[in-house]
Amino acid sequence: MKLDKELIEKVAKNARLKLTEKEIKNLVPEIKEILDLFSAMDKAPVSKLQPSFQPLEIKNVTREDEAKDCLSQKEALQNTKHKQDGYFKGPRAI
Amino acid sequence: MNLTKYIDGVKSGKISVVKTVEKILNEAKNSPNHFAAITKQYALERAEFLEKKPEGRLAGVSISVKDCICVKNVESAAGSEILKDYRPPFNATVIEKLEAEGAIIIGKTTQDEFGFGSFSVNTKKIPKNPLDNLRSCGGSSGGAAGFTAFTTQPHLAIGESTGGSIANPASFCGVVGLTPTYGLVSRYGLIDYANSLDKIGTIAKSVNDAFLGLHVMAGHDKKDSTSLQQEIEKEKKVKKIAVIKESLDVDKEIKDLVLSKIRDYDLISLPSIKKYSLQAYYLIALAESSTNLARYCGLRYGASEALKGNFDQYFTEVRSKFFSQEAKRRIILGTFARMSGFRDAYYLKAMKVRTLIINEYQKAFKKYDILVSPTMPIIAPKFSEISKLTPAENYMMDILTVGPNLAGLPHLSINAGFKNKMPVGIMLTSNYLHENKLQYLGGEIENQKV
Repeated sequence: MKLDKELIEKVAKNARLKLTEKEIKNLVPEIKEILDLFSAMDKAPVSKLQPSFQPLEIKNVTREDEAKDCLSQKEALQNTKHKQDGYFKGPRAI
Repeated sequence: MNLTKYIDGVKSGKISVVKTVEKILNEAKNSPNHFAAITKQYALERAEFLEKKPEGRLAGVSISVKDCICVKNVESAAGSEILKDYRPPFNATVIEKLEAEGAIIIGKTTQDEFGFGSFSVNTKKIPKNPLDNLRSCGGSSGGAAGFTAFTTQPHLAIGESTGGSIANPASFCGVVGLTPTYGLVSRYGLIDYANSLDKIGTIAKSVNDAFLGLHVMAGHDKKDSTSLQQEIEKEKKVKKIAVIKESLDVDKEIKDLVLSKIRDYDLISLPSIKKYSLQAYYLIALAESSTNLARYCGLRYGASEALKGNFDQYFTEVRSKFFSQEAKRRIILGTFARMSGFRDAYYLKAMKVRTLIINEYQKAFKKYDILVSPTMPIIAPKFSEISKLTPAENYMMDILTVGPNLAGLPHLSINAGFKNKMPVGIMLTSNYLHENKLQYLGGEIENQKV
């Protein structure tokens, strides 16, 4: 795998980020240095171990499907400028 | 004055809550960038109410809250520009619990954007260390620890740790930082950094003050599916302690100060933690944070622009404009680690390394009650020194705190003395839910006459 401008741009596009030429120029060596740091994990003796997605084992939590109080429409919309007729107003889909 | 004495004074009518809150609000205003927002009017109204009706385990206690914890109708931006002016329409569970016991929220403390940093410099308002304004408070709960050291009034700070963000600033500011077992305190209402690592805890002037706050906040919460159903173990006796050999590879003065605080200890080696914990921690933290940051798109809350272009164009525009350089770096790295083709080599590997680290700790806890190390390998650095560090060198600063955070283990940082007039922290780590042992040994260390 070659870490270069093209790969950074591809990842950025996936993450909905548009980077400037300067940002990309800085990111390439910085990310290389960090990935080098991460490569120490290659030697870790973990082939027989299971992954720990949480530090402690957690159980599935279920609840009854009952209607409860929730945020009012006004509260849900209080933090956006983009609203109309009690709904969020978004950019066009295509 | 410790909190217990203060609360007794409030309840007996000998101490005025209003006068205390007036003084602390004044200090908050004059503190060197420790607050992102001060809730003056609300705090004074609460103080008047509590002076008349001083009830609860925290009756009349002033509380500062890290910016990433939601307080209803108070700007909660997690130190970021993309959440600027966000006023949550609800309280985090910890806020509900603290207020139900008579606490008074005085404001939101400054931090690295979303917790991304070790020195609280990745944000617009940078908190300064009260012991030396040219130095950092540490991070990411920098404002919380800085103000705890700065204030002369009874106070408790609520912080949050993902990889060391409570212990680190507590060490740099010479105060007590308590990070509980993962899941002991509800994360509901916390603006997430990395879900499998985030823990809300306390920063205080004394060990008992820090634990008083923890006991109010701890407990199962139906609103947080990762919240534990168990309680803190009753046992508090500490029979055997061990110093982690690899952690002593630091400045000699720091090492000597830490070792001078304990006696009758064994020296043990935990090699995997030194070799792999930093890498696994950052991989997991970056992968989880990049998914968490996907929600910020300028639509339902936070910063926004005029609606132009399609969804992709608009979201890209807002995110590119309002995320800082460090957030962008973490999004790129985290997205990369989760992409098909790289997932097994990075993300899954890191999750397996976490198992290796947990197993190594568990083996040690079969024999020892507490593991000891310095909290940080250095004293609080100057801002001029921080600016010279590369991103990877920045990440390396967390080498001693990431182990217990990755494993979700409770840990306590206490001041062990001073080097060049700056504080040095000693860190105690116990097994899951053995917080009482931390309190016991932490209290012993705190009461030593240096």
